[in-house]
Amino acid sequence: MNTTAQVLEKNKERILEKWMQNQLSDASLRDDLMTNDELQRQSKEMLDGLLRAVAKGNYNNIYDTEFEQVTDTLRDISITRARQGFSPRETGAYVLSLKQSVIEVLVEQRKDDTSMLYQEIMQLNNLLDNLSILTFETFIKGREEVILRQTDEISEISTPVIRVWDGILALPIIGTLDSARTQVVMENLLQEIVNTGSNIAILDISGVPAVDSLVAQHLIKTVSATRLMGAECIISGIRAEIAQTIVHLGIDLSNIKTKASLASALHLAFSMTNLEVRRTERHKGPKLMR
Amino acid sequence: MERIPILKMGPFLLVTIQIDLYDRLALTLENDLINMVSQTGARGVLIDISTVSIVDSFMGRILGNIASMSRIMDAETVVVGMQPAVAITLVELGLTLQGVYTALNVEKGMELLNNKLGDNLELDDEEEEDQDDRND
Repeated sequence: MNTTAQVLEKNKERILEKWMQNQLSDASLRDDLMTNDELQRQSKEMLDGLLRAVAKGNYNNIYDTEFEQVTDTLRDISITRARQGFSPRETGAYVLSLKQSVIEVLVEQRKDDTSMLYQEIMQLNNLLDNLSILTFETFIKGREEVILRQTDEISEISTPVIRVWDGILALPIIGTLDSARTQVVMENLLQEIVNTGSNIAILDISGVPAVDSLVAQHLIKTVSATRLMGAECIISGIRAEIAQTIVHLGIDLSNIKTKASLASALHLAFSMTNLEVRRTERHKGPKLMR
Repeated sequence: MERIPILKMGPFLLVTIQIDLYDRLALTLENDLINMVSQTGARGVLIDISTVSIVDSFMGRILGNIASMSRIMDAETVVVGMQPAVAITLVELGLTLQGVYTALNVEKGMELLNNKLGDNLELDDEEEEDQDDRND
């Protein structure tokens, strides 16, 4: 065991105390998300692991086996915090406040030997910086997992194909259309056309926030594929700003049937299938039905 | 050599493609079909591709060619029963088969052809009337 490790081991309680103080005095501490007891337990576990690794004299490679416990604990903490909704600053402050307390204790203990102190601080600095990088990597990975899961959920729930009438399907698209989503939308729509034997599909884009040339390209593709299957496709829900963008971008939608609202698209669909909706006159004539 | 049978049903020709089309077979089909149109004076061609699961640009082009050739010979072409995967592939290849009529199944395709034929006959009548009017 080297001298640094001895000094640190001797002052373990003080370091932990200082570290806890640092964390607790931080204004951004989220005691609503984690109790102080739990924080204390986590911190102690982490410090124990770190001191054991330092005792082996390893300051450089945090991927060595003696750091396994430290890195595992740290990863665990970062991932949990990412999921619980801690901010990056709060997560990063965890390791960085440890650095501060360790250095404070070392400064107290090595008042008379500055060259030794300097060397030790350099080494520990390096080590703890590596650990904080690891924290951030894991934190971001945790957040990315959350985002990926949400993306999957969104793309699954947001492409329902509705049968609005016998032989008429409607597909309300909500959110931006990218290539991957268009693929899902197209597949769902075409499969549903086969399943229901529908003649007409209405693509409602009132929920699409913006239409650029790529989105328009995707829409045209979907319409073409529908036509190849032997069904007609009507695009509805074109808002004023979308119409403006389409014309400004010079996108040609002239051979696609477009309507401003779903209602008028349905109206067109009725007339295309020779259907008619009429108001019944209830009050005239004798009630023969009862 | 394999050949795809072409059936005559009234004024229409009916082709069901039940095997994967390779290039030579597709070319033979194109040739046979156009000859049939010419021999029988058919007014419509119905091609059923509901069992075709693989399609390439060549096949897409052949379908387009058949339609264009038939149109010149006064026959409309309807492609029926295209599978979703095939439709997506053709669109991705940029072949939207402009000028080819499509329908969901043979029944609807026949209905479409009947309508088109009816329209055309009426149109022919009108044109003749127009000419008569002009002559007066």
